[in-house]
Amino acid sequence: MNIPTVVPIISSIKEARDIKTLTFRYPLSMKPGQFLMIWIPDVDEIPMSVSLIKKKDMKGITFKKIGDATATLYNLKPGDKIGVRGPYGNGFKLKGKRLLFIGGGTGVAILAPVVEYARSKKLKTTVIIGAKTKHELFFEQRLRHYGATVLVATDDGSKGYKGFASSLAKDLLAKEKIDAVYTCGPELMMKSILTFCTTIPFQASLERYMKCSIGICGQCCIGNGLRVCVDGPIFDGKTLKQVDDFGVYRRDAAGRTVRF
Amino acid sequence: MDEDAGSMQRMIDCGAGAIVTKSIGIQPRTGYPNPTVLELEYGMLNAMGLPNPGIDNYGQEMKKICASKTPIIGSIYGATVDEFITLAKKMEHYGAAAIELNVSCPHAKHYGLEVGCDTALLQTITSSVKEHVAIPVFVKISPNVTNIDEIAKAAEMGNADAIVAINTVKAMKIDLETSTPILANKTGGYSGKAIKPIGVRCVYDIAKTITIPIIGVGGITTGEDAIEYFMAGASAVQIGSAVYYRGPDVFTQVCTEIEHWMNTHGYKKISELIGAAHQ
Repeated sequence: MNIPTVVPIISSIKEARDIKTLTFRYPLSMKPGQFLMIWIPDVDEIPMSVSLIKKKDMKGITFKKIGDATATLYNLKPGDKIGVRGPYGNGFKLKGKRLLFIGGGTGVAILAPVVEYARSKKLKTTVIIGAKTKHELFFEQRLRHYGATVLVATDDGSKGYKGFASSLAKDLLAKEKIDAVYTCGPELMMKSILTFCTTIPFQASLERYMKCSIGICGQCCIGNGLRVCVDGPIFDGKTLKQVDDFGVYRRDAAGRTVRF
Repeated sequence: MDEDAGSMQRMIDCGAGAIVTKSIGIQPRTGYPNPTVLELEYGMLNAMGLPNPGIDNYGQEMKKICASKTPIIGSIYGATVDEFITLAKKMEHYGAAAIELNVSCPHAKHYGLEVGCDTALLQTITSSVKEHVAIPVFVKISPNVTNIDEIAKAAEMGNADAIVAINTVKAMKIDLETSTPILANKTGGYSGKAIKPIGVRCVYDIAKTITIPIIGVGGITTGEDAIEYFMAGASAVQIGSAVYYRGPDVFTQVCTEIEHWMNTHGYKKISELIGAAHQ
């Protein structure tokens, strides 16, 4: 069976401007980097990376209010119900001892559980968080609390490094020894980071319009039939270098190509 | 799958002998909101709502994939005879090896089943398309009718080259906690293992009524499932939902299993199996 389980919201936490975390109990175990399908009856069902994986079945999703579905989720209160199914996708695979994570925008949300996992294994962990302004930054304290070194980049310079997270990553990779790079965020940012990682293992979490989430409808396919929902959402650099659409175009709900 | 050239290429690489495209219409169509696909106890339920980029945008996918040697069957849907003709001509121009008329989608208003239930209209659409293209024309029909034999007969009278049976079975799933049908479209089409006996029966009955070949589809997951369809009267089979149950390698697996079964049962050619249940 692959249908939503309806669960009540336990808490709704405001993280930053237009960004919230919802927590709920969902008993299936999952790996950092996997995602859930969140059903909002009569509105939509959307893929959501999990930003919180806790004991006693507690899970969390962190999102920005950008469309009908996220706007509805944004206004939900504890006790309100959503449908959850999953987990789906492959999850991150950690390699090496000195890891660099780069999250752009809400991409930081998916990285938080894998950073927590890396720190639980005592790995040297650096995280670059990129946002347009300081008002959209979140999880900085949480990631520091795990013991990661956290660097902040804002496009407008309102906090930390002024400029793109990818530029800060480029500088860091030039001066520090890093064994592997993990990223989630705008695809152009991830593509630009991949160009700096000529020899360093690289993994990126991709986002595509999804429908079935179980690998049959083909809506989220990239390259030669790689299904982001099943074969991803995490792809390594070697694979992505063979995917012509990476950082170039995505597909809308009708399957038309839309350039980034 | 099969909405873009890359996913069709992967199915070919995984052993598919031919590809049926997503059903393509005149205009781009986003389909229904999610949820669009569920897996239930014994099968899959979907109401995609015929999403497709439209025939003109689809040209770029067809041109890429038609460069491969594997036959590409262009599936099309329309609301009028003229739409079907336009779509079929464009598909032929793009390099399709055959046309499949989708007149059986159970969940798209004004398209699909509403066309496929009307025997006179179906015959006109089929014969009109036949007059305008040189490549073979297949008609995919629905089990959601009381007279599937008459529908198949109408397609044959319209000079169809083959019948494809069956499309999905109209169905619904309700969530008890919210007392809401889960699919955004409420109703959808049921596929997978659960509908195989329905498909086998339809193919068996149609085979008694018509003389043109039948392509069997509905719940085929293993080589033995395919053989059952052959015995019912199908000359070829299509696979969809089993890509979920067994992964894209299902095509190679089913072919290997058919061969193995034939070897262990003393059959040399598939033609010896076709319609065997009628003798």
